[in-house]
Amino acid sequence: MRQESPSSALFPVGARVRQRNLGDAVFYRVTQFFAFMILALVAVTAYEMYRTSSASIDAFGFEFIVRSVWDPVRDEYGALPFIFGTVVSSVLSLVLALPLGLGVAIFLSELAPAWLARPISFVVELLAAIPSIVYGLWGFFILVPWLRTSVEPLLIRQFGSFPFFSGAPYGIGMLAAVFILAIMILPIISSISRDVLTAVPISQREAALALGSTSWEATRIAISYSRSGILGATILALGRALGETMAVTMVIGNRPTISASLLEPGYTMASVLANEFTEATSELYISALIEIALILFVITLVVNAIARLLVWSVTRGSEVQQ
Amino acid sequence: MKAPLFKALLIVGLLPAIAAAQLKLNGAGATFPYVIYSKWFDVYNKKSGVQFNYQSIGSGGGIKQVIEGTVDFGATDGPMNDTQLAEAKQKRGTDILHVPTVMGAVVATYNLPEFGQGLLLTPDVLAGIFLGDVTMWDDAKISAINPGKKLPDRPIVVVHRSDGSGTTYIFVDYLTKVSETWEKKVGKGTSVSWPVGLGGKGNEGVAGLVKQTDGAIGYVELAYAVQNKLPYASIRNTAGKFVQPSLASVSAAAKNEAGSMPADFRVSITNASGDDSYPISGFTWLLVYADMKSEPKANAIVDFLKWALTDGELYAPELLYAPLPENVSQKALATIKSITANGKAVGKK
Repeated sequence: MRQESPSSALFPVGARVRQRNLGDAVFYRVTQFFAFMILALVAVTAYEMYRTSSASIDAFGFEFIVRSVWDPVRDEYGALPFIFGTVVSSVLSLVLALPLGLGVAIFLSELAPAWLARPISFVVELLAAIPSIVYGLWGFFILVPWLRTSVEPLLIRQFGSFPFFSGAPYGIGMLAAVFILAIMILPIISSISRDVLTAVPISQREAALALGSTSWEATRIAISYSRSGILGATILALGRALGETMAVTMVIGNRPTISASLLEPGYTMASVLANEFTEATSELYISALIEIALILFVITLVVNAIARLLVWSVTRGSEVQQ
Repeated sequence: MKAPLFKALLIVGLLPAIAAAQLKLNGAGATFPYVIYSKWFDVYNKKSGVQFNYQSIGSGGGIKQVIEGTVDFGATDGPMNDTQLAEAKQKRGTDILHVPTVMGAVVATYNLPEFGQGLLLTPDVLAGIFLGDVTMWDDAKISAINPGKKLPDRPIVVVHRSDGSGTTYIFVDYLTKVSETWEKKVGKGTSVSWPVGLGGKGNEGVAGLVKQTDGAIGYVELAYAVQNKLPYASIRNTAGKFVQPSLASVSAAAKNEAGSMPADFRVSITNASGDDSYPISGFTWLLVYADMKSEPKANAIVDFLKWALTDGELYAPELLYAPLPENVSQKALATIKSITANGKAVGKK
């Protein structure tokens, strides 16, 4: 269960390598160089964004991330509505997609007969390969009218007294963005989770079944065995949702406001960049947009760091259990 | 023994590349005139052999590239401001000329199934709608200018462009001219802070939202509205007449404003005077250097511009652009003649 780091096993580091074989040493250095290239790339990207957004950082300081004004005419910028939109749309879509995706994965790996599992897996992987503009168009022409005429009027009638579902049924808005994102990240969660679940040794399940477990109890053992992988899939999906641009831009309504209602339009960081970067002319305007990119970058980093921590704590937890 | 042969091959190989490089003009900028510019570049290339490489990256990008000197010409839907011109002069050591090429208009398209075509709007009401002051279609102000027509008791859903665009610039430039409240609260630019409404990406995004939503009103390019047979409103102009947007009424706006046009063509023709002028229209410009470093390139640009503003204009109506009126293209041709290469006059042909 405990994982050995493959690099330390295959290529013992340092002097011993050089002693043994020149080819190995060269190979080690070359791959090391490639690995460090990634680090350098991230560092350079971060530095460049910080440098080019300095005008905006100087002008607004820390306040930039808590201001809600976005007015290119008066050169007044604040990122809060965009941060809000990105985080809310991503997290809610994950809440929708996670149980669904996990359910699909469990059915495919544990329960479905092979003749059914193969075609469904194939379709799930196909969904993951659809370009986001196609999702966007589908969302705009099919999902949004359906939300406007069927779903949102119903939500308003039933739950209109809650702030989450108050307002007018535009169709377009935060709810549409959450739905489209959920559909887009569903195949990521389900296909990776399925792979991880399939990798659980068959002996684990057989042992459980032999002890008289029901198939649900055997599945629970398989899930707990592969939870770090499932968590990884979730984080990958969240990363996709945070950065998704085109499909969200087409259905979210592109309005920099913070509203409790899911029916109201919103705006995300990736969308404002896609919308406004090409025509931004004033120096401060460009700089503010780049600062938004920087914030998105930092949020993605933080999410990944949290994911790492979670994976560590989960795998440690399972060791204790054994 | 191999070396001379290799050199010869190298030279033979390079020659056509050099010849072709001299005749290639790079440009970047506005997306709105892309269709007619591609047509022009294609036809002119067949006529003269000059190659064009035009990237429609947006007006803002076009202006930036011209200032940085990475292109031979730029294109924009909104004129460069004084700061940008000064920066270009300082960096490139030459003035930038604005050459108007064709015109476009922005129309208010709406979705009122029971009303149909023929909505009339005054500048006041249009500004009121986009400010969020007029919120219902059966508002007394709208009924008063559409007498005898039944307007539905339905909220107005405002739709605007979410991406920065020259279309937005022309539209809000007009609203800024006709409404003091708009000028104070919003102002003009390629992106603005909209008081109300939903944002759609591109003309197709706005048109799609308007088509889907009962009671919606948005603004799109005239060409886009005509191609997609969208209903659009007639707007009351400064002469008090309700004018349908059309290629003719757009050209009329430029014609009527030509007398008061500044020599550098950096002018907005929204809210133009004259009985037959459609008030929400504007030029699109090519940005060229007044003095160019390369004489062949300067010759090519001057010759191209002369052709574009005369024979080239004939392609405009079929592609749904309003051609320049005679009095404006004459003025523009005079500007083109002033282009030099390293201080020497070019374009004697």
